[in-house]
Amino acid sequence: MNLTGLIGLGFVAFSAICLAIFAVAQHRAPFTFRKIPAFSRIQHSVRLLVENGSRLHFSLGNASMLGTDGASALVGLALLRRLGEITSLGDRPPIATTGNAVLNLLAQDTLRAAHNAVMPEDPFDMTNARLTGFTPFSYAAGVMASTQKENISSSVLIGNFGSEVGLLAEAASSQGVTVISASDNLIAQAVLYVTSSDMLVGEELFAAGAYNQAGSAHAASLIVQDVLRWLIILALLAGAGLKLAGLL
Amino acid sequence: MKRIFAMGEAVIAISVGVIVLLGYFIDIPAISIFRIILFKWAVILAGVAVLIGMWNLFSNHLKKIREWKPDSFYSFTLLFFMLLTIMASFSPALQPLQSGLLNGIMVPVEISLLAVLSVTLLLASLRLLQVRRDLASILFMATTLLVLLGMGSWPYIGQLPIISTWVRSFVTNVLAVGGARGILIGVALGTLTTGLRIFFGVDRPYGGK
Repeated sequence: MNLTGLIGLGFVAFSAICLAIFAVAQHRAPFTFRKIPAFSRIQHSVRLLVENGSRLHFSLGNASMLGTDGASALVGLALLRRLGEITSLGDRPPIATTGNAVLNLLAQDTLRAAHNAVMPEDPFDMTNARLTGFTPFSYAAGVMASTQKENISSSVLIGNFGSEVGLLAEAASSQGVTVISASDNLIAQAVLYVTSSDMLVGEELFAAGAYNQAGSAHAASLIVQDVLRWLIILALLAGAGLKLAGLL
Repeated sequence: MKRIFAMGEAVIAISVGVIVLLGYFIDIPAISIFRIILFKWAVILAGVAVLIGMWNLFSNHLKKIREWKPDSFYSFTLLFFMLLTIMASFSPALQPLQSGLLNGIMVPVEISLLAVLSVTLLLASLRLLQVRRDLASILFMATTLLVLLGMGSWPYIGQLPIISTWVRSFVTNVLAVGGARGILIGVALGTLTTGLRIFFGVDRPYGGK
């Protein structure tokens, strides 16, 4: 076993222990987080669409579930499950669009579970989770085509996107749809900054579950992220200090 | 029975997660070999998922055609070319048709969408200061203009003296790289905690939890 592997494993183990401790602590005394306007907008939009009978569109991007970019899609799925339960009670069930086959299966399963949790007697329409294209731009074109005339009032774009997300956000905005967006991709973040009214920057994407009451583990992971971030900052400062002192 | 199935799914997912994680960090041949086997299985399953995804795409558009919606023509076109491409991939005689469809239709259409995107982004950037008048937006626009000014070779004057040499280089190589690294570290930490939640079976996208 090499030293880098050992440090990496130690880092993961430390994070896991912190997550378990903070999850227990969250149960006893819930943590409070700063206000993020995009999450408030999501909750407001969801309440509105249940009342006015419009539909929620959830776009999960085209992340490969075999790579590291799959994490953003997993966050999107957790949020889809949460919002799916609330919006399934409305007249129009939510629809999810994806650009990856594996992700589409997961989206179907998540939507079905959300539907069954609130309306187990009604059959679930599997076409509510749609694979719209296999390449980034065909996916974007497919989303734009498949969400037209669906009476969508809110569009949540969370996952791994490229620059094509600009087309999605702009098309939705031009139809008067509220767009809430987040991506782990830097290019997509820059594009979304100019095209989306409410966007989550950087790691705010991973706070989606905690801000939407998805469970104590989600809130605990935010605290773990903060702890790890401070450790990395200290390590960077220590490294810079040692370098300045000529010890590195 | 349902609970037993759900528990079984979680046990399999967590066990596979442990093996893949250990195989990544620890160099033990038995674990590494097993990890590669699991990856191969995952790739095969992803391949099967593509077939299911194709069926999903097909059935969605077939549903649109059946309902005879105003935009059914597009669905019909998609299904026609989908079937044509599948047929072309099975028949060696139709191989040139497949590359023709790809290079003659798919690639130009995607490039056209890229061109539309560039115009969309330009218009959105111009609208940004109307929609969101805050310091971050002003900084964003100012930086974009500065980098664009520094990138181009301008008529008669060529490259702008200080902007092209020093300012642009400082913004892109120091400020932007520093900011990008900060964001990427945050994303990496988020990825780690997301993975741990799945590892603990708290989030179960595979079982609909």
